[in-house]
Amino acid sequence: MSLSLKKQKMPEQDPKVRAKNFAEVALGYSAGDAALEAARCLQCKNPLCRQGCPVEVNIPEFIKHIKDGDMDAAIGSIKNFNSLPAVCGRVCPQEEQCEKHCILAKKGEPVGIGRLERYAADYARNKGETVKPVAYKADAQKVAIVGAGPAGLTAAGDLAKMGYQVTVFEALHLPGGVLMYGIPEFRLPKEIVQAEIDNLRKLGVEIAVNAVIGQTFTVDELMEEEGFNAVFIGTGAGLPHFMGLPGENLNGVYAANEFLTRCNLMKAYRFPECATPIKVGRKVAVVGGGNVAMDAARTALRLGAEKVYIVYRRSEEEMPARKEELHHAKEEGIEFRLLTNPVAVLGNDEGWVKGLRCVRMELGEADASGRRRPVEVPDSEFELDVDVVVIAIGQGPNPLVQSTTKGLETNRKGNIIADAETGATSKPGVFAGGDIVTGAATVILAMGAGKKAAVAIDRYLKDKKNR
Amino acid sequence: MYKILEKQELAPSVKLFVMEAPLIARKAKPGQFVILRIDENGERIPLTIADFNREKGTITLIFQEVGASTRQLGRLNAGESLLDLVGPLGKPTHIEKMGTVVCIGGGIGIAPVYPIARGMKEAGNKVISIIGARSQDILIYEDEMKAVSDELHITTDDGSKGHKGLVTHVLQQMIDAGTKIDLVMAIGPVIMMRSVAEVTRPYGIHTVVSLNPIMVDGTGMCGGCRVAVGDENKFACVDGPEFDAHLVDFNGLMARQRMYKPNEHDASQRCARHGGEGECQCHSH
Repeated sequence: MSLSLKKQKMPEQDPKVRAKNFAEVALGYSAGDAALEAARCLQCKNPLCRQGCPVEVNIPEFIKHIKDGDMDAAIGSIKNFNSLPAVCGRVCPQEEQCEKHCILAKKGEPVGIGRLERYAADYARNKGETVKPVAYKADAQKVAIVGAGPAGLTAAGDLAKMGYQVTVFEALHLPGGVLMYGIPEFRLPKEIVQAEIDNLRKLGVEIAVNAVIGQTFTVDELMEEEGFNAVFIGTGAGLPHFMGLPGENLNGVYAANEFLTRCNLMKAYRFPECATPIKVGRKVAVVGGGNVAMDAARTALRLGAEKVYIVYRRSEEEMPARKEELHHAKEEGIEFRLLTNPVAVLGNDEGWVKGLRCVRMELGEADASGRRRPVEVPDSEFELDVDVVVIAIGQGPNPLVQSTTKGLETNRKGNIIADAETGATSKPGVFAGGDIVTGAATVILAMGAGKKAAVAIDRYLKDKKNR
Repeated sequence: MYKILEKQELAPSVKLFVMEAPLIARKAKPGQFVILRIDENGERIPLTIADFNREKGTITLIFQEVGASTRQLGRLNAGESLLDLVGPLGKPTHIEKMGTVVCIGGGIGIAPVYPIARGMKEAGNKVISIIGARSQDILIYEDEMKAVSDELHITTDDGSKGHKGLVTHVLQQMIDAGTKIDLVMAIGPVIMMRSVAEVTRPYGIHTVVSLNPIMVDGTGMCGGCRVAVGDENKFACVDGPEFDAHLVDFNGLMARQRMYKPNEHDASQRCARHGGEGECQCHSH
């Protein structure tokens, strides 16, 4: 039997239909699809795919279990390394990680590792998982996790399995971080995030919502008064950047964070059944070229906009968004205005957006990062007719924890300085990882950082106890 | 869940809740606020902390019923609970001994001025308070303000109590009479705060206002509450809510507060359709 050079296709909602609903776009493998795809794996002796996975899932092992039809063994194997497989299988940029290293990628398409991980996780959830709680010893040490995003949840799950008593403090009313407020329902159904978080709770992780560290408690208070032996900070990159454009405070201009939070966390697309409103644009411009920009544009479309533009100052080649998301956005009818940069938001007499003045760009010399720098084309200004503008040009670190914690060093950008291998910060007993250290990156890199920090916290607490 | 321990009606459509909130009460300082969510389908609503009691572990919230969510809130009773309550949020008021502090509260804004006036008094300042409302029957916190002020002036638009007219009239008279003022602290409708800023600007009297823009998370992650202050854009939830009144772009703030007027109208209409005033069920299923 000759080996297929192509991945088994995953069924998707029709672009015309899905552009009007918030249901998941990708529908997942059937058992037959999964078995066929699993059979493509060569079971390499020295599997390169694992090197590409930040949490080092034993990829050939779980795929072999799927091939053999032993689904319980497959999910068991994944869960040894990854607490949130239903999430990772959906939102990881596998083309830059595990699948990039797959040997089949040299000749054709790599094994659909993400799709298989997703299949295994969905199988387990649909079957009804049983999670055995960790039995704490009476003298279990306490670890506080600040922020219930991917980094914090991963660290929490791993530390709980090691026997620590873990409490996660989350500022919002629901845990999940960007998985809840940022990534839209149509890419990552919230029910699935909820189910993975419920599993962590069943394991014994306590999650305290509505707790803003820096206000409700400081990190120093957690350690000195509340009896925590170590703290992990995973507060992410949640501070939206604006462009400083004239007219940026007009009604109808959103930071992507606000636009997505209203929609994902607060379910504004169900207004007025859900009480949070959102301005549904007739024509919407989303400024930026990353995954957040794609999410915002596709959300605007589903809210009912007639036309949605992505306004990006470089060309498609430089776009940081995943190819798959770009493809999905195009299929749904998002229009791309590339090599275009906004210079002003235009408003009407009532203070509402009525247009976006843009200038055309061309690519000049390569800059320090190796990317060709966009330069304005003289006298090329034009106006886009829009009534909503979403700014999705990136996020920085929220300063709340850093500014209220004694002896915690940060860099010029305000990110926490932490050891890349251990997550150790300048403050003894305090570890950090994910976007708060690296700046905005991916879910899986944050999870990798949470995993490494859990190992380091375990070592730190054991050393301290034995001293 | 966060329990409502006590409910009072201070004036028609103005209600007071004493909330069980030990973690918030432990940390709360004058000038700070909370965000609450009534139920699963609820929106996040910011309310200033009107009072706190660290020993009892309670905070006091005062709100006016102005839309669908606040009306729903107003129908809750003591013994019932809110789904979410988070705080304290924002920066506390800068309180120290400065000399003479004029505390101005307009309408529902009198509630958040109260803990500030009390803090200023405790810090050894002479506190002159001016509180105003449209009419006597919606004037709140008169006795409380009297207890923490060296002088209390009352104004009503219709003259039903105290001075007939606006809080700014009394402030102007005070300045004209040569009263030495080291700080003016004003909380109320944006239009009132803007007028106070215009009164004090020519005299160079330091004036601080507490802004009430639209908020979602209240922790600095969305920028919905941004407001131009001087040459900078500030997030009221983390950089404020208090700012130098002479630097605030009040017109921009007022325009942004109108952003969801059409939606609020929809929500209220829907409430009315679902059985009329006082019977709204639309956010509780």
